[in-house]
Amino acid sequence: MKRIRNFSIIAHIDHGKSTLSDRLIQATHIVSERDFKDQILDSMDIERERGITIKSQTVCLPFVAKDGQTYFLNLIDTPGHVDFTYEVSRALSSCEGALLIIDASQGVEAQTLANLYLAMEHNLEIIPVINKIDLPSADVDRVKLQIEEDLGLDPEAAILISAKEGIGIEKVLEALVNRMPPPSGDPEAPLQALIFDSHYDSFRGTIIYLRIYQGTVKPGDLIMFMSNKAVYKVEEVGIFQIIRVPRKELSAGEVGYIIAGIKTVSDTRCGDTITLKNRPCDAPVPGFVEAKPVVFSSIYPVASDGYEELAISLEKLKLNDASLIYEKDFSAALGFGFRCGFLGLLHLEVIQERLEREYDLSLILTAPSVQYQVIMNDDSILTIDNPALYPDPVMIQSTKEPFIRASIIIPDRYMGAAMKLCLDRRGINKNYQYLTSNRLEMIFELPLAEVVFDFYDKLKSVTQGYGSFDYEIIDYRETDIVKLDILINGERVDALSQLVHRDRAVDRARHACEKLKEEIPRQMFKIAIQGAIGAKIIARSTISPFRKDVTAKCYGGDITRKRKLLEKQKKGKKRMKMVGKVMIPQSAFLSVLKTDTD
Amino acid sequence: MSRENIETNHFFQPAGLYVHIPFCIRKCPYCDFFSITDRSTIPGFMEALIQEMSMTGVFPFRFDSLYIGGGTPSVLEANQVGRVVETAHRSYRILPGAEITLEANPGTLRFDKLTGFKSAGINRLNIGVQSFRDAHLNFLGRIHTGRDADTAIKDARKAGFDNLGLDLIYGIPGQTKKSWLLDLQQAVDYAPEHLSCYMLTYEFGTPMERGLRKGFFQALPESLAGDLFEATSAFLCSRGYQHYEISNFARSTDFRSRHNMKYWAGVPYIGLGPSAHSFTGMKRSWNCRSVSQYTENLNAGRLPVAGEEVLSRDQEMIEAVYLGLRKADGIAAEAFEKKFGVSFHGLFGEVIADLRKKRMMNATKTRCALTCRGMRFLDGIASRFVQRME
Ligand SMILES: Nc1nc2c(ncn2[C@@H]2O[C@H](COP(=O)(O)OP(=O)(O)OP(=O)(O)O)[C@@H](O)[C@H]2O)c(=O)[nH]1
Ligand code: SF4
Ligand SMILES: [Mg+2]
Repeated sequence: MKRIRNFSIIAHIDHGKSTLSDRLIQATHIVSERDFKDQILDSMDIERERGITIKSQTVCLPFVAKDGQTYFLNLIDTPGHVDFTYEVSRALSSCEGALLIIDASQGVEAQTLANLYLAMEHNLEIIPVINKIDLPSADVDRVKLQIEEDLGLDPEAAILISAKEGIGIEKVLEALVNRMPPPSGDPEAPLQALIFDSHYDSFRGTIIYLRIYQGTVKPGDLIMFMSNKAVYKVEEVGIFQIIRVPRKELSAGEVGYIIAGIKTVSDTRCGDTITLKNRPCDAPVPGFVEAKPVVFSSIYPVASDGYEELAISLEKLKLNDASLIYEKDFSAALGFGFRCGFLGLLHLEVIQERLEREYDLSLILTAPSVQYQVIMNDDSILTIDNPALYPDPVMIQSTKEPFIRASIIIPDRYMGAAMKLCLDRRGINKNYQYLTSNRLEMIFELPLAEVVFDFYDKLKSVTQGYGSFDYEIIDYRETDIVKLDILINGERVDALSQLVHRDRAVDRARHACEKLKEEIPRQMFKIAIQGAIGAKIIARSTISPFRKDVTAKCYGGDITRKRKLLEKQKKGKKRMKMVGKVMIPQSAFLSVLKTDTD
Repeated sequence: MSRENIETNHFFQPAGLYVHIPFCIRKCPYCDFFSITDRSTIPGFMEALIQEMSMTGVFPFRFDSLYIGGGTPSVLEANQVGRVVETAHRSYRILPGAEITLEANPGTLRFDKLTGFKSAGINRLNIGVQSFRDAHLNFLGRIHTGRDADTAIKDARKAGFDNLGLDLIYGIPGQTKKSWLLDLQQAVDYAPEHLSCYMLTYEFGTPMERGLRKGFFQALPESLAGDLFEATSAFLCSRGYQHYEISNFARSTDFRSRHNMKYWAGVPYIGLGPSAHSFTGMKRSWNCRSVSQYTENLNAGRLPVAGEEVLSRDQEMIEAVYLGLRKADGIAAEAFEKKFGVSFHGLFGEVIADLRKKRMMNATKTRCALTCRGMRFLDGIASRFVQRME
């Protein structure tokens, strides 16, 4: 156990965590050069396409140190995007230390700070690592100053590396061995192991990822989940080395997996403790704080009989994403579905994409909403995140919406642009301070509803990529919310309703009408689209009907092309929903949610 | 017919032969057919075409139609056309009495050329008149005038063509119903055996489509173009023509284009020349869209095939429905059921009932066909049928 090191790599987005993981993996030769690919731990398609890490990944690296001993370095690569902080915090709870990466040209950014605080909460040993020193714009002295002043860490302790060029990797490995504490625990004690992740395998059932705190587990053991007392017989234990590598046993201090023929998906809960049935430990390890969703949206299957499949898929996906929260929901337009909570808009997109890709579903999502507090005339308080449940305005005394305290770090030349963005989003400037001579931290209070949509993208674009942002919810404040309905040929489509600030209602309504006009295909009759608050129409658009729809010429050379078009339409229609007589494509629902990315 | 003949004709499936002559005097801005204007390559092309015929004569088909299209096949001299027809006869089993069509552009015809075509074996002439109005011809970028068309038609009759087809285009910007009907009347005055009336289509990538997109001119309003479609049908039917396919009219059943009917009936065809498509019943293949590649390949003894697809059952079914709905005869339910092993009305009954209610379809137990009103919305209707499949 003295030769085990459990550590996470944490940083702001894009500072090079996954690239450093690559170098560490290569340095310890667990994958052949032939099988190696960049950002190898980003194994999901969606991660590779977007070039970001979404899920934490664990890998066990055997490393022969200068002292001649082989050390087992359990590395967890974590995501940097603000939506996935929950992934980071879970990773940290199974570690003794963390490498905090800082980009030498970008310096300390918002999630550098946020993740550092998280690591400190877990009492971890923190080693600062300055990455990308190969860049011409790298400014190591400045970053050292930031490490001292912003982070309160010893700048001389920082390791200088270029993960891309493979510079300084040996130093990182030696530091892990020499500066990170080994885990503690007793291999002979009753088993006490924390589930920190899992996923569903169609052939082997649920595969549990765990950190062993006490005791030992091996194939043949009867294990028990402490929360629900479910018992299973262990079939296989092992560690992660990109692929699963079976081992004879796992014991205190180690990180690995268990396969135990677990078919009941709901038995496994992230944060639960596993022990042995015949020799249980006294108490579970403290689990994880529940993830707190900030945006809510309903998910419906496009296929009218797709509800069951969606239910099963969500349950399985939840194994691999503990932050996903959902409950049954019903829409007059779309039938049965689920109301889901997400940690942000990127998280929402990721869940949608994973459901569609990994479970081959076709889905419709409704406009995301934050959670409002509605104070009724009789002084009762309702928490509403679903426009469909928004009460009749005459029964409402007042409504409150969540506010956040946002910390925005930017080079000072972008101050004007960032300020304008925040003020446009109903923000209140509380404070700003220089971190270093030309870097600024601005504190804003903003309505959460204004930032969950595209605030981060906009901030990035007005600061040419230099702005970073972190936030926490502080309180609920009085606001003026209206329910915006969308009517198609006079019929209200509940799945398109949204809760918006009154000042924004007309813009949003126009936007929705225009987008729907673009997305809904023309049909043989006129389609009227209206945005309404109650009975009052505040925006409208019309889709004119086909007055002819016929291909004049069709001879030998035209048939294939025409057939392909029909095939495409057929495929497209599978992704459409009938509302009254009107076919609404799945993309139309999505387009309404998105503000224009100009 | 001798006994042997009957047997062989039974063994060989009926099919159509198409020859694509990819040359034009000038490219019309709305046209997306494959053709080039460099006619210096005609001799080389001719040799390649002969070579392609000699390489593809092996199909177990008997041909009762030969269609020489393009491009502008009438840019060829009569002896060149003669060579094509002759070689076709030598390479393929072309039945006596086969329909042999040549497409002709009024801007390329002389009386002696027409008599030459006739003696070369052409027995059906299809003239691309498009319009009798010079303003429209100008917009369409045609190389001829209305007078040229008039002369060509009269000369064709004089040369002995007793099976004559005229092509017309409508839906031209600025056109009115009145002016279109006058055009149609003039066409009918020549008593052609066949008329094709095409609604102007802005094919993606053509200069005319780009012009429209950039706003250099305005398309005829869709509703008017649709009205002209129905007006065309009504007018020609009142003059004794049968509206037998979306864009095609014939003076009698005998004068329907025997060759083109094959495309809509799923009957095999062999296409020769660049960009030509062949269909052998399950497989469709197409030649490269380049004269030089076409010639080079054949000179090297290779077929100029650029791609092919083997149709799945579902794909065959989509084509059967779409092509069937183009025809006034519609889809024969029994044949459909036999071919695909599904219940026709079980699959499409709901759509058919709805369309009948809207007077867009006539349907009996054995056959369903679009009315003229239905044809106006063919593509959307076909799409509805296709949705029901699976
Ligand atoms: N020049 C240079 N580029 C680097 C270096 N390390 C990483 N990068 C680049 O920085 C980008 C982001 O690298 P990643 O390793 O994906 O960053 P990450 O921290 O894992 O990002 P998230 O997982 O999305 O938070 C990639 O384009 C890398 O090639 C380095 O040392 N030098
Ligand atoms: S003459 Fe015919 S083939 Fe040639 S460009 Fe004009 S329309 Fe096209
Ligand atoms: Mg990463």
